[in-house]
Amino acid sequence: MKILFSLLFVSITFSQPEIPTLKYWANDYTNTLNSSELNILNRDLKIFEDSTSNQVVFLMINTLNNYPLEYYTIDVVEKNKIGTKKNDNGVLFFVAKDDKKLRIEVGYGLEGALPDALASSIIRNIITPYFKQGDYFNGIYKGLSAIISAVKGEYKALPKSKKNKKNVFSTIFTILFIIIFFSSFFRRKGRGRNTIFWGGGFGSGGNFGGGGGFRGFSGGGGSFGGGGSSGSW
Amino acid sequence: MKKGMLIGLSLGAVLVIFAVIIFVWGKNTYNNMVTLNETVTQSWSQVENQYQRRSDLIPNLVETVKGYANFEKSVLVDVTEARAKVSQLNVNKDVLNDPQAFQKFQALQGSLSGALSRLLVTVEKYPELKANQNFLSLQAQLEGTENRIAVERKRFNETVQNYNTTIKLFPASTVAGMFGFSPKQYFQSTPGTETPPAVKF
Repeated sequence: MKILFSLLFVSITFSQPEIPTLKYWANDYTNTLNSSELNILNRDLKIFEDSTSNQVVFLMINTLNNYPLEYYTIDVVEKNKIGTKKNDNGVLFFVAKDDKKLRIEVGYGLEGALPDALASSIIRNIITPYFKQGDYFNGIYKGLSAIISAVKGEYKALPKSKKNKKNVFSTIFTILFIIIFFSSFFRRKGRGRNTIFWGGGFGSGGNFGGGGGFRGFSGGGGSFGGGGSSGSW
Repeated sequence: MKKGMLIGLSLGAVLVIFAVIIFVWGKNTYNNMVTLNETVTQSWSQVENQYQRRSDLIPNLVETVKGYANFEKSVLVDVTEARAKVSQLNVNKDVLNDPQAFQKFQALQGSLSGALSRLLVTVEKYPELKANQNFLSLQAQLEGTENRIAVERKRFNETVQNYNTTIKLFPASTVAGMFGFSPKQYFQSTPGTETPPAVKF
């Protein structure tokens, strides 16, 4: 089923598989890739996003349960908003392993750099030959490299200062919020339960420490219009 | 005398407040409907763009396929004729408020979809054509466009649903009636296109 002719009200006829919230650049729900392979993909895709602002994301699941491929991928990109809001420069490379289906979904802003015909050729000539031999990692890695080299010239990295400014603002807001919270607390409850509150506050502070390490993937608000190409092997 | 004036004044004040509330509510409702109407028009133009894109691809596709000896002529003729009918159709903005014109647009685009899917199924019998780089590229573009059409149709239907619900719900429906906001048409799945043709590669 490679061509999708204007299916409508599809949710009534098919039970929709769950749409995952993507936390990394490379997401494998099939346990096909080992952790060092995933680390390589995540590292490369993160570096690519940092240097170009293009968000290229990989997702592999076991099966679509007969849900149409193109409907699934558009749901995934709409939910995760891959790409920046300004440039709509996101790409999703999706694989349904047991269904032997794959798709490259291209955001509005990259349809010029990665047109359908090129996406189709990457699938047919680069990815599926590896998949046919069961070499998933190389198929995925070479496929992502081909996508990256197609879209790398398109946009520049987001200016660093902007990001910092945002962080400064959010820090100020957080501090303000805490001050307001505290002052209202003091006014209402008095000093009697002060220690209890401090205890709770300290505990939740642990979350901040956890966030300090590896920054996970988060979508930038990009839109998709169904561009890209599907294939099977 | 003074008491009567007081009652009159307070009655007047209540009426004025009431009128202001009605006016503000009516204004907001009206503006909201105008916004929703614009959203529908905008998503409609996206749908049209993608259909146009498909139309533009067809001459190249037909030209590429034609070159292959003994390719079924009738299939190509069907595609060409269906495309000609689509491009003759004069679509203006009123198509959204005119159920008949909308049905016609949908039927003609639907028959073009049918003709194109028959063409792609027929191609299966021609291994040489299937291996032709030019054809493969056109096929990928055509598939991409069909998918874009599906996406934009779905989004269009969502905006129309939002608009139709808003103008039909009471009490906003009174404002809709006063200013002539009428319900708009949805895309229906047409017979024969609910299930994609089984094309194996």
